[in-house]
Amino acid sequence: MHILGMEGVPREEIEILLDLSESYIEQSRQDDKKSSILRGRTLINVFFENSTRTRTSFELAGKRLGADVINMSVSASAIKKGETLIDTAMTLNAMHPDVLTVRHGDSGAVQLLSEKVTCSVINAGDGSHEHPTQALLDALTIRRRKQSLEGLVVAICGDILHSRVARSNIYLLNTMGAHVRLVAPKTLLPAAIEKFGVEVHHKMIDGIRNADIIMMLRLQTERMQGSYVPSTREYFRFFGLDRDKLAVAKPDALIMHPGPMNRGIEIDSELADDIHRSVIHEQVEMGVAVRMACLDLVTRNLSRNTGENAQ
Amino acid sequence: MSVVAGQRTAYVNARLLDPASGLDESGAVLIEGNKILEAGPGLFPEGPADDVRVVDCGGYCLAPGLIDMRVHLPEPGGEHKESFETASAAAAAGGITSMICLPDTDPPIDNIAMIEFIARRARETNIVKIYAYGTITRGLEGSELSEFGILSQAGAVAFTNADRAVADALVMRRALAYAATFDLLIVQHPEEPRLAQNGQMNEGEMSTRLGLAGIPAIAEVIMIERDLRLVEMTGARYHAGHVTTGAAIEVIRAAKARGLPVTCGTAPHYFTLNDTAPMDYRTFAKVSPPLRGEADRLAVIEGVRDGTIDVIASDHRPQDQDSKRLPFVQAEPGIVGLETLLPLTLALHRNEGIGLLDLLRRMTSAPGELLRMKEGRLVAGLPADLVVFDPDRPWTVDAAALQSKSKNTPFDEFAVQGMTMCTIVGGRHVHSLID
Repeated sequence: MHILGMEGVPREEIEILLDLSESYIEQSRQDDKKSSILRGRTLINVFFENSTRTRTSFELAGKRLGADVINMSVSASAIKKGETLIDTAMTLNAMHPDVLTVRHGDSGAVQLLSEKVTCSVINAGDGSHEHPTQALLDALTIRRRKQSLEGLVVAICGDILHSRVARSNIYLLNTMGAHVRLVAPKTLLPAAIEKFGVEVHHKMIDGIRNADIIMMLRLQTERMQGSYVPSTREYFRFFGLDRDKLAVAKPDALIMHPGPMNRGIEIDSELADDIHRSVIHEQVEMGVAVRMACLDLVTRNLSRNTGENAQ
Repeated sequence: MSVVAGQRTAYVNARLLDPASGLDESGAVLIEGNKILEAGPGLFPEGPADDVRVVDCGGYCLAPGLIDMRVHLPEPGGEHKESFETASAAAAAGGITSMICLPDTDPPIDNIAMIEFIARRARETNIVKIYAYGTITRGLEGSELSEFGILSQAGAVAFTNADRAVADALVMRRALAYAATFDLLIVQHPEEPRLAQNGQMNEGEMSTRLGLAGIPAIAEVIMIERDLRLVEMTGARYHAGHVTTGAAIEVIRAAKARGLPVTCGTAPHYFTLNDTAPMDYRTFAKVSPPLRGEADRLAVIEGVRDGTIDVIASDHRPQDQDSKRLPFVQAEPGIVGLETLLPLTLALHRNEGIGLLDLLRRMTSAPGELLRMKEGRLVAGLPADLVVFDPDRPWTVDAAALQSKSKNTPFDEFAVQGMTMCTIVGGRHVHSLID
């Protein structure tokens, strides 16, 4: 079983994952954080693109479940020697890992890799395509604060064009019955985005008015070829979240950010630290729980197979 | 079958199709050596003479051999993807008797030595006829003009930068003006390169879904509109190598109505597939220009129907596995098309009601006239380049069974109708299922 994206994943499955995640929150808060569900299992984090938080989150999730975890930063080794993605996949597969978590800079690369291996693959972010565990951890964070996602107004603001987080969130939130608004200048919106069941706004106060949740996205300058916005100060003035703009959202609206944040570019620094409004650190905590649940789920089928084979 | 000088062969019991003259009747063709001697209905009222070899066409269609005016034959530089031999075998199997090769080889065809190399390899291979374009600019760099006059005397049939647009308006102005001096044809890749930069597929809902950078449809019409102004100014003959969008077709339709010397072509994948084909990151559906939305696909069919689109060519572009088994962004564009050109085009006759002669014209006399070739017609005295095909026979494309060295086709396991029964080049059968 793979977890490659949120597109087309039915509500029941999302709920199963969120419920399972819920059960892992407590484990990480205890002194003894380790269980043995994945004892003997091997998890390899294969990161073709640099990442600290997602890789660490997966690493902790695997270790807390008792798996052996290896981190591979491929950008530094094989790619430089000219090895293709498929060769890398086959090589790793030959070492009998149980789960690969894969991040790659090219959209679709994780799916391609998953087609060539016999273990489970979890997409840890592929290009501008999907980042399913981020959407799940966002959903878990929201659900714990607001009880349900049904009927909530969620405004996703910023660089939608390059964002895999936005895409995964749009799919998940729509499936769960939330009302999704997007806020961005036209240069940072992908084509035909209005066909994805979202309300599109170019003026921030219209987009976040009466919103329950405001998700800020990072301006992904590393994916930008050329100029999408004239300057970061202009971007902050019109699309950055500050107290004045926040005033039009619901009084209990929550601020979210997948990190890493650019303070003063998409979000006012003080606001990001406001413990009454910002749930940014909670998102990080939920990330570990969600990834534990994902690892648990994708290895369950494996366990069954191995058990049957053993008999 | 080899050609003996003076040997006469009669192709009898055929449905003759000659787009140039509008002939569509039962009849026969008599060839002598490598030339057509006679063609028409009622050719042998008393049967052919005893010394004439007779080939029974079994009632199948007999037409001028196809002229495919857009083929990437990557030799030299990409021999591992296709060679003259494999491309020729594929062409023969597809009913193509003349291939016109794009000049984006490595090194590019921008000098006499390269033109002569192509001619020599074509002679050595000796299966179908192979001609070459010269580049518009040296080294495909887009700044200095190639030697149009010298290259055309050496055999270059027209000039193009293959899949690179001539982006600089000043260079294009001079290329057109200079080409007009010698009455040469300029073939443009109609795509505004800055708008297409980094683009992987058609811009739209699917590119957003897949998270791939899109190439907007307007990149095509913007380049064509600019070029048409330059054509109007210079009077040069201009051919848009492949058009894929309704907007571009509309603009060319209007330009033709104004009497500009403008033509355009397309390839079967642009009227057969749309931008849902790259779903699941199928790199075999990655082409340049990209497969467009459904409305544009339908507009291409209308463009063929009303004659705005003059030429249908395969846009054959072989890619080996190492160039395609990659993340979509890294994969090379291209589809092998020589063996599917005819059946995919015949689908427009069966499904869209476009006349058989109208479709054949776009693969025979139309490219022949554009490139000032004598081939492409059933006329006495012209080369005996012919194709016999069964327009109805169903078959299933099997990528592994293609003659091309590369098997990159999105049409694997595609059910098609229309099969080449015999391909005749200069009187020789280079592919035959009937003798």
